[in-house]
Amino acid sequence: MVTYLDVDRPVAGASRVARRRLGFLARDRHVAYAFIAPAFFLLAVLVAYPFVLSVWFSLSDARVGSAGRYIGLGNFSHLLTSSIFLQTLQNSIVFTTAAIVAKTVLGIGLALLLFRVVYFKRLIRGAVLLPFIVPTALSALVWWWMFEPLYSVVNWTLKSLHIINHDIPWLPDPYLAMFTVILVNVWRGLPFFAITLLAGLMAIPRELYEAAESDGAGPVARFWHITLPLLTPVLAVVILFSTIFTLSDFNIVYVLTRGGPMNMTHLFATYSFALGLQGGQIGQGAAVSLFLFPILLAVVFVQLRLVRKAALYE
Amino acid sequence: MSRRSRALWARDMRPLFTVYLPVLPYVLFALFPLYFMVVTSLKSNAELYDVNAVPFWISRGITSDHYALLSTDTPFWSWFGNSLIVSVASTVISVVLSVLAAYPLARLRFAGSASFGIAIFITYLVPPSLLFLPLTTVVNWLGLSDTLWSLIVIYPTFLVPFCTWLLMGYFRTVPKEIEECAMLDGCSRLQSMLFILLPAAVPGVICAALFAFTLSWNEFLYSLVFVSPAELKTMTVGVFSELIRGDIYYWGALMAGATIGSLPIVVAYVFFLDYYVSGLTSGAIK
Repeated sequence: MVTYLDVDRPVAGASRVARRRLGFLARDRHVAYAFIAPAFFLLAVLVAYPFVLSVWFSLSDARVGSAGRYIGLGNFSHLLTSSIFLQTLQNSIVFTTAAIVAKTVLGIGLALLLFRVVYFKRLIRGAVLLPFIVPTALSALVWWWMFEPLYSVVNWTLKSLHIINHDIPWLPDPYLAMFTVILVNVWRGLPFFAITLLAGLMAIPRELYEAAESDGAGPVARFWHITLPLLTPVLAVVILFSTIFTLSDFNIVYVLTRGGPMNMTHLFATYSFALGLQGGQIGQGAAVSLFLFPILLAVVFVQLRLVRKAALYE
Repeated sequence: MSRRSRALWARDMRPLFTVYLPVLPYVLFALFPLYFMVVTSLKSNAELYDVNAVPFWISRGITSDHYALLSTDTPFWSWFGNSLIVSVASTVISVVLSVLAAYPLARLRFAGSASFGIAIFITYLVPPSLLFLPLTTVVNWLGLSDTLWSLIVIYPTFLVPFCTWLLMGYFRTVPKEIEECAMLDGCSRLQSMLFILLPAAVPGVICAALFAFTLSWNEFLYSLVFVSPAELKTMTVGVFSELIRGDIYYWGALMAGATIGSLPIVVAYVFFLDYYVSGLTSGAIK
């Protein structure tokens, strides 16, 4: 009797514990799925499904009011022979490259300066971050006003300083219009670079600089051999993020130029808008916007690899 | 001045030339357009359209004409109200959905957690300009076009991924042990999340709500596409599309609209600067 009890007891106890543990885990799984379900359905119905729909549109001759039928890669081959689309492609590359380079260089500079600011720290950080927070569609309006042909404050200043003697046609001129939209994009995007890189700078251990200094490394050497290499992962992430958001920009170009003059500032988003909504050619509009997707995928791929690498180092 | 005090003076003044003077152009570049926006909105038309007047400040008296024009001749305050309704509603929806989704992703192990995490990350990066065409069709099918509901339903599609990503990071910083203690005392998962984790992660929730509100207040493309009646427009679209009629630009009124349209965000920003900074960096750093 005693031996029986002795044998039985621990077994019963263990199995009860195991059962409770199992029930606990199973309950957790149900809880997990229940908690995730609302977000999952929202994203499935309003992101994943529209994306599939967009692919379908791009393979069809859908127009406003007609469902369209399958035409294979017709839209894509048509686009690749269309001079406006090729211009859009070129604009997108110029716009994104120029804006990213400017934001990277100016952003590193600003981050290094902000790092050394001691007095009025909050005030200065707050001021340089402001363009990122204000609604872009509204701040782009003031840039439009600043470059307005007759009353441009920029022209007024340049004329007062006797740098120019006639008004510069900023927005009606194709090349200057491209310069202007890039400038506004840099104005808006620079804070993101500066603040994120500042966070990256603050994560670099101080001891490295002290060691380098005692070894006689000057400020330039310290920047090239400590700051830049250790900032590279953050810099990569910031550049990747910004590539997507710069390339897919709609607000700035739409407000300032609507893609003009002569389609010289059209980006994928504005051209897709002009074709698909204003022109009613949904199929072609969807095909244009899908050119953003491979770049999106590339960014996600690189980003996930970087995240894994960072996790390995931790 | 003795040599010693001159050396001290030079050391004290050095940051002025190596830090504060170089940072000044950046500050001016960031602030000038916003300053110019406010100045233009308060300037009389006579001075505004005088090519010889100095554009940088107001020399012939401040006027509130442009603000009055907004109130009397346009449905400006309806736009303001619409933006407020849409932003508050989509913020509440998004924060609730994101807290629910972020909790299991940060805390529980379950089949598919990694792939759902990646899916959230990908949707976080999908720009609105990729989806606005098919979403127009979906909004039509749902019978929501030309209603504020269309925006309240669609805005969470870009807010939920962002907030979930942000909250996951915050939830992971709260020690697991305090929740385990609560659950040993008989708390359910839901109770432990609501009463133990959330109070400890309040800064994260505030941060997510602030960003959700800012992103929906600033949204332009979806609002431009889904809602066309003038009195149903949101702030950003209303000011842009209703104040520009043909070739006549009401620059004073445009700038007045832009000023008031930016004001709620700027006020929130001034009060919660640190939350904005942490939200901005967490997206890229965490």
